[in-house]
Amino acid sequence: MAYKIDDTFCTGCSACETECPNQAIYEKSGMFYIKPEKCTECIGSFDEPQCVAVCPVDDTCIIDTKYPRYVAA
Amino acid sequence: MLSLLKSDTAPRLKPLGGIKVELAGSSGCGTTGGAGKSGCGSSAGPADMPPEIWEKVKNHPCYSEEAHHHFARMHVAVAPACNIQCNYCNRKYDCSNESRPGVVSQKLTPDQAVKKVLAVASTIPQMTVLGIAGPGDALASPHKTFETFRQLQEKAPDIKLCLSTNGLMLPDYVDEICKYNIDHVTITINMIDPDIGAQIYPWIFYQHKRIHGREAAQILTERQMLGLEMLTARGVLTKVNSVLIPGINDQHLIEVNRAVKARGAFLHNIMPLISEAEHGTVFGLTGQRAPSAQELKEVQDACMGGANLMRHCRQCRADAVGLLGEDRSDEFTLEKVEQMEVVYDLDKRRAYQAGVEAQRAAQVAAKQAAQAAQQADDGIKVLVAVATKGKGRVNEHFGHAHEFQIYEVSANRTAFVGHRRVDHYCQGGWGEDDVLPSIVTAINDCHAVLVAKIGACPRDELKEAGIDPVEKYAHEFIEQAALSWFAEYRERVANGEIVHQTRGDASIRQGAYLAA
Repeated sequence: MAYKIDDTFCTGCSACETECPNQAIYEKSGMFYIKPEKCTECIGSFDEPQCVAVCPVDDTCIIDTKYPRYVAA
Repeated sequence: MLSLLKSDTAPRLKPLGGIKVELAGSSGCGTTGGAGKSGCGSSAGPADMPPEIWEKVKNHPCYSEEAHHHFARMHVAVAPACNIQCNYCNRKYDCSNESRPGVVSQKLTPDQAVKKVLAVASTIPQMTVLGIAGPGDALASPHKTFETFRQLQEKAPDIKLCLSTNGLMLPDYVDEICKYNIDHVTITINMIDPDIGAQIYPWIFYQHKRIHGREAAQILTERQMLGLEMLTARGVLTKVNSVLIPGINDQHLIEVNRAVKARGAFLHNIMPLISEAEHGTVFGLTGQRAPSAQELKEVQDACMGGANLMRHCRQCRADAVGLLGEDRSDEFTLEKVEQMEVVYDLDKRRAYQAGVEAQRAAQVAAKQAAQAAQQADDGIKVLVAVATKGKGRVNEHFGHAHEFQIYEVSANRTAFVGHRRVDHYCQGGWGEDDVLPSIVTAINDCHAVLVAKIGACPRDELKEAGIDPVEKYAHEFIEQAALSWFAEYRERVANGEIVHQTRGDASIRQGAYLAA
């Protein structure tokens, strides 16, 4: 699984963009999105997913169940 | 109508218990011609501080009470990200009707920001200061913040640069701050006790972890104090902002004042909490109330003698443009800036600044003459509200005022103690009856309101509320007018014409600026 950003909650503050260890987060017309193929859920990098930890609005960065759980290489 | 409104607001205006209030007889905020230390930071001018510091602050509207009549500032919103969560902030809120910190309509890249600054500076020669104040934390987006400063230092070297931060990342960026010649930094410090901090900050994001509660507040306060000490050691002027939250940090701010003064803070700005349910902040939703005008003044007065206090803060938006209390950001949207032909004329800007120096000298001379002419102080002090468009004069029509400046007057001194924002009374040529009661509550602690002109209807209602509407000092210097009015007032008391009475409390205006 990867994380995704719920654009109804996202404030566009960009805090997650710089914290992501995989540069998986990008901006498009003021809103932010996660490239699922790049997201590692921060497994192997940090104790907690950085986008979730830094986001000012709870439940904005959430697991995208469309994708299988990330497995560290 | 008036009495109804008074009873509505009365329960909110509880006196603040337990705060030691220094009587301002000898240590008041303001000027005594050089002998007394000013409680309002830089309001006293050169006599109040070392010349090298005066040189740095005299044209800075946010640092000098006197400069804010003449000079303008702008904020550019290049730093949207934040690394802490505050209970008085809601990052989702964006409304261009609203005027308060943390709120912004249009985010800018560093390149766009630089273009906008140059456009504003060439249109408004008063613009001397550029600040990065968010809407998040300037040091949570360090690359965007410092890239903006780097370009501006090159392209507009006469503009003073400043930044505002919560202090969490400050120790890591003191070198960068010095590198770009940023000589004014503001740190928001609401507590030095982590138990109090835990009630203000739900969490911080630090070293890749979200940290909650007391531990978070402990780290934050340590980083803030370290950052402040480092800036002081490097000679960077540092102002501390504190949000006064009744019941949480009101009395504690006196300790904060001592702590930041001891670490070299140049000014301490104690601001009222802005808390309305419609803003969607935690405090707004939990019903945490804002302080009344008198509660704010009591804490500010109790802090006199600590770090110099600043009382003219207008709690600007993070993208404000113009003189304090004024916002011209609509004239400088990205689209408009793109179409403007920008000629950065340094000579024109210097000429304006020289003109201000002359006006400033006249104002200081008038104030000194007025004070010298007054009699001995018998300890009676009152507040007066003043309608002014700037330049230190009573020059605004009552109905056109966005705000009233509040001066504390005694027999031989005047002191600027704050301002009260109001909605316009006069709209399209006639008065708005709904607005007048809110103006009365905003200046309800004042004995008089000095104006350039006032209509018959508001004049009668103000009189009924016990506030003397005074037109006779129209276009005079404020300090002179206030002292002359007070001399007359005392004469009328002395000959039995009126009885001196103390006034009640006033409320601080919350919510959106709908009638701008």
